[in-house]
Amino acid sequence: MTVILGQTFTGISIGAVLLLIALGLSLTFGQMNVINMAHGEFIMAGAYTTYVLQKSISSAGISLLVALPVAFLVSGALGALLEWLLIRRLYLRPLDTLLVTWGVSLMLQQLARDIFGAPNVQTRAPDVLTGNITVIGGDDPLTFANSRLFILGLAVAAVVVLSLTLRLTSLGRRIRAVVQNRDLAEVSGISTSTVDRTAFFIGSGLAGVAGVALTLVGPIGPTMGTNVIIDAFLVIVVGGIGQLKGTVIVAFVLGVLQSVLEYSTTVSVAKVLVLVAIVAFLQWRPQGLYTLRTRSLV
Amino acid sequence: MSSGSSSSRILRRRFLAGGAALTAVVALSACGAKTDAAGTSSDKAAKIDVSGDTVKVGLLNSLSGTMAISEVTVRDSLKLAIAEINASGGVLGKQIKPISEDGASDWPTFAEKAQKLIREDGVAATFGCWTSASRKAVKPVFEKNKSLLFYPVQYEGLEESPYIFYTGATTNQQIVPGLDYLKSKGLKKIYLVGSDYVFPRTANKEIKAYAKANGMTIAGEDYAPLGSTEFSTIANKVKASKADAVFNTLNGDSNVAFFKEYKSAGLTAKTMPVVSVSIAEEEVKSIGTQYLAGQLTAWNYYQTTPGAANAKFVKAYKAKYGQDKPTSDPMEAAYTSVYLWKAMVEKAKSFDPEKVKAASDGITFEAPEGKVTVDGASQHVYKTARIGEIGTDGQIKEVWNSGKPIKPDPFLKGYSWASGLS
Repeated sequence: MTVILGQTFTGISIGAVLLLIALGLSLTFGQMNVINMAHGEFIMAGAYTTYVLQKSISSAGISLLVALPVAFLVSGALGALLEWLLIRRLYLRPLDTLLVTWGVSLMLQQLARDIFGAPNVQTRAPDVLTGNITVIGGDDPLTFANSRLFILGLAVAAVVVLSLTLRLTSLGRRIRAVVQNRDLAEVSGISTSTVDRTAFFIGSGLAGVAGVALTLVGPIGPTMGTNVIIDAFLVIVVGGIGQLKGTVIVAFVLGVLQSVLEYSTTVSVAKVLVLVAIVAFLQWRPQGLYTLRTRSLV
Repeated sequence: MSSGSSSSRILRRRFLAGGAALTAVVALSACGAKTDAAGTSSDKAAKIDVSGDTVKVGLLNSLSGTMAISEVTVRDSLKLAIAEINASGGVLGKQIKPISEDGASDWPTFAEKAQKLIREDGVAATFGCWTSASRKAVKPVFEKNKSLLFYPVQYEGLEESPYIFYTGATTNQQIVPGLDYLKSKGLKKIYLVGSDYVFPRTANKEIKAYAKANGMTIAGEDYAPLGSTEFSTIANKVKASKADAVFNTLNGDSNVAFFKEYKSAGLTAKTMPVVSVSIAEEEVKSIGTQYLAGQLTAWNYYQTTPGAANAKFVKAYKAKYGQDKPTSDPMEAAYTSVYLWKAMVEKAKSFDPEKVKAASDGITFEAPEGKVTVDGASQHVYKTARIGEIGTDGQIKEVWNSGKPIKPDPFLKGYSWASGLS
């Protein structure tokens, strides 16, 4: 019983990580139809921000808390810069954004390698996050890792803030208007280019937050973004483009599926089975894939 | 608008398809050319460049990618040995000129770079590789070109190559002593965790055979892809298995994620010790002692190993690379391998690989780990086994050693339980 509960928690915590890495992408890819292959490198930028801050702030707990907003700003600024330099010229050619941002992602990886060195680095987690809490005691205790609970909380908070921003603020209304009908939004007096850049800033900033969370799980390295970007795209595509709700549900479903399969088989087999399940799902419900449209056709 | 863009899209698609086909043809013909070159070269040995007053050697390590955390230190250690030898007059009157190549944690890249070092640079010998996958990838290259590789890392055994000298431990000098130690402590139910490639899979096959013959049980066996950082399920499985100990053959920085998760799951060195065979001082430093204190390692050398040769090695390394840089077993084996090569060359009075090989048997060196001797028959070395415990200061303290150098037995011929392994 504790095994099932423990494993479910593990699945949810994997889902939380997936959700965090996919959340920003759901804004830039899902809402804006930009295939940003450099999203993974914005995650990396967030992780390295944590590393840099820890070098100057000795308390691991404080540096982690400071890293969250700073990483958001750093990755967000990188995203806005990318949008301003390249992506705004490519909104009518979504497939070209794939190639261009892939090139940018390779450049950012090399930049990280030049600045921080090729070997991966690690950060210290605050002591409170290295332990665990016992949910059910006894001979066969059920424990939840504190770092995983923290990531789960972070993911939930990010989803709530993002969805409230989209729903309740004037910025959110403008973003939704531009997504639904760019031309009409433009003639209604909305500066679509400002909205685009702001949305890109937020989406990329969320990648930075995901990067901070990933430092609690594993090492920080120039290629860490490429390791997670495929998972992020899977979550978005299966969830349905432009669907925040879909992103959330699919992240947790895939997380639990992965952990259940991993428990009963092996890591590699579980990965294969998850991919098979995704392919089967997309056969049955291809909408996720086929809603990819250019803005000119909206 | 839409019809215009769709027709241009079709055009572009055609162009892309044509481009792809062209690329494929070019790639195929390039491959063909490569096979030809390799084919014609297979009969004659590579030419060693000894023009002038230098001799080149290759350093082949991952300077990027998941393995860089470990392999950069090996490269630094090789450079230290080369600098020392050059300062004392070089080899056969020639200064050693190292050519460093990055294997990039990618096995095909290793093979490509090995080929480049041998055929283009004309190196007299190459030092490096870490993972068994990279060694297996370069093995045919060295054999085909009749060039020498000195491999400095412990590995799973069951291999011999006429052109490779293995200066790290083979199974009976590391894994078997590690298992003997667990057995002597009454830890009989073992969980196996490893990276999913050659070394852990083969090592675990040997561990299972050992367990069967020694009354130990295997509580479970799990592999994660190399570079994987998601270990929560494996930690849960290990915990639920109620094993006595974990035998860890994870490589590279997967260890960081594994030990973070291990601690998060509430497992400790007291409740369930982990014996690692790929974590040395450098990795301990980057994983963090808060996750590792009290855990066990099996190696042949630690920075704390006593002796004048080690004191000199540690001092020289820190002077060159920084006081905070630790020394480790693969670094020591790499450092030693350069000196062993030098001794072989001087005994052979030649850089010719065949003559160097012929001179190798019985070559000794007062290494930082103690005296090592080359076994000419297997081209492995006699090494002392050491079990260590990781301290809170990041140093590994020896808790047991074999007393004398153990004869290398890569095929485990001396163990009846290993008869079915290959």
